[in-house]
Amino acid sequence: MSPLLTGMTLVLCVAMIVAALLAIRDPSPEVAKTDTGGLPIAILAAGLVSLIASILFLILAAPDVAMTEAAIGSGLTTFLFFFVLGRIRRHETSGDNHD
Amino acid sequence: MIKRFIALTLLLAIGGLFASLLLGYTPDSELNQTARYYAERTSPDIGAANIVTAIIVTYRGLDTLGEVTVLFLSAAIVGLVLALGGKSGKTGRGTVPVGELLTTGTRYLAPLIMLLGVYVFVNGHLTPGGGFQGGAILASGVLLLLLADPLKRFSHVLIATIESFAGLLYVLIGLFGLVLAGGFLDNRFLPTGELGALFSAGAIPLIYSLIGLKVGAEFASMLASLSESETS
Amino acid sequence: MMPSIAQLAMATGFILILIGFYGALTQRNLLRMIVAFTLSGTGVNIVIVAIGYMHGRTAPILDATVNAADAVSRVIDPVPQALVLTAIVIGLGVTALMLAYALKLHEQRRSLDIAKFTELKW
Repeated sequence: MSPLLTGMTLVLCVAMIVAALLAIRDPSPEVAKTDTGGLPIAILAAGLVSLIASILFLILAAPDVAMTEAAIGSGLTTFLFFFVLGRIRRHETSGDNHD
Repeated sequence: MIKRFIALTLLLAIGGLFASLLLGYTPDSELNQTARYYAERTSPDIGAANIVTAIIVTYRGLDTLGEVTVLFLSAAIVGLVLALGGKSGKTGRGTVPVGELLTTGTRYLAPLIMLLGVYVFVNGHLTPGGGFQGGAILASGVLLLLLADPLKRFSHVLIATIESFAGLLYVLIGLFGLVLAGGFLDNRFLPTGELGALFSAGAIPLIYSLIGLKVGAEFASMLASLSESETS
Repeated sequence: MMPSIAQLAMATGFILILIGFYGALTQRNLLRMIVAFTLSGTGVNIVIVAIGYMHGRTAPILDATVNAADAVSRVIDPVPQALVLTAIVIGLGVTALMLAYALKLHEQRRSLDIAKFTELKW
C-alpha cells in the first residue's frame, strides 16, 4: 500500500468531517434571527462534503460513482437548495412589507 | 438540553453498532460469485467495456426502468406541489440583475455543456459515465440558462414531450429485446460488435442515450419548477 | 498497523451518517434538517462503495491494460458501484421532494421552525 495514497485519503476524510460539522453547526443567535440566517454556509459546506466524497470515490476506484456524485450530489443538489432559499427569502421580504 | 442528551445517547448506541461492524470487517481477496459472473460474462455476452454500465442497463435493466419511473414521479410531485395555490406571493420583485459576464459566458458555454452531456451518455458503455451523469450535465446546462435569465420560461410541453418519448422508446426497446433476443431489455438484438468500438454492445448506447434524455428532462423540469417565481 | 484506504473511508462514512443523524435530530430549522439528511445519504454511499473496494485492483472498466480474460483477478466488485449510482440519483429526487414541501410549508406559515408546526402534536 502506498503511504502517499493513504495519507491523501486521511486528509480528505478529515476535511470531510470538518465540513460536515460546519454544515450542522448551530447558528449563533444573532445570525439565527431570521429563518434563513447562516443557511448559505450550511448548504455550501454540505456541497463541499459531496465534492470531497467524489474525490474519495475516485480513490476507491469507482469513477462512475465519482462522476455521478460530482454532477448530481454536489452540483444540482446545492443549486436546488439555493433556489429554494432564494424563494423563501423573497417571501420573507415581501411578507415584511405587507404584514 | 435534555433533548440534545437523548439524541447523543441514541447516536452513541448507533455508533457502537457501527464500530462493531467496522472492527469486524475483513476485506475480500476474491470477487464473490455474483461479481465474478459479471466480470467474466460482460465482455463475451454483452460486449460493453464498462461493467457497471452493463449491470445497470442490461443485467439489472428492470431496476433502472423502475428508477427512472421513481425520478419521474418525484419530478411530477415537485411540479404539482409547487403549482398548488401558488398565487400567494407578489410577483416580479427582488430579482437581482444579471451581469454581462454571465449572459455572454452562457451564450458560449451552454451549448458546449450540452455537447459534453451528450458525449458522456453516448460513450456510457466505453468510459466512466452514462445516462444518469450525462442527464445531470444536460440539466446543468439548463441551470446555466436559468441563472443567466431568471425570468426565462422553459417550455414545459417540450420538456414533457422529450421525457415521455424517451420513456416510451425505452420500454419499446425493452420489448424488442423480449421478442428478438433473450428477454426484456436484452441488448443483443443488435450486433454486439467488437469490444471498445462506439457502435458495440448491442442496444446499450441506444438505451443509455434514452435514459440520459429522460433523466436530463426530469432534472430540468425539477429545476425549472423550483426556480420559477410565484408567477407560475 | 496502518489502516487501509477502505477502512478509512468506511470509518468516515459511518461518522458522516452519525453527524447527519445528530443534525436531523437537534436542528429546528427545516432546511437545516434537509441538509443533515443529505449528509447522512453521502455517508451511506461512501460505506457501500468502500465495502466493494479491494486492495491492488482497478476500476471495473475493460480496456487495453485490463483485458477481458483476466478481468476477474484485476477489477473490483462492480455491484456496489451500480447500487450507489442508483442511490445518488434517487437521493436527489428525495431531496427535491423534501425541499418542495418545505417551501410549501413556509408559504403557509411564514416560518421554517418545526416548533411552529403543531397539528400532530398532542
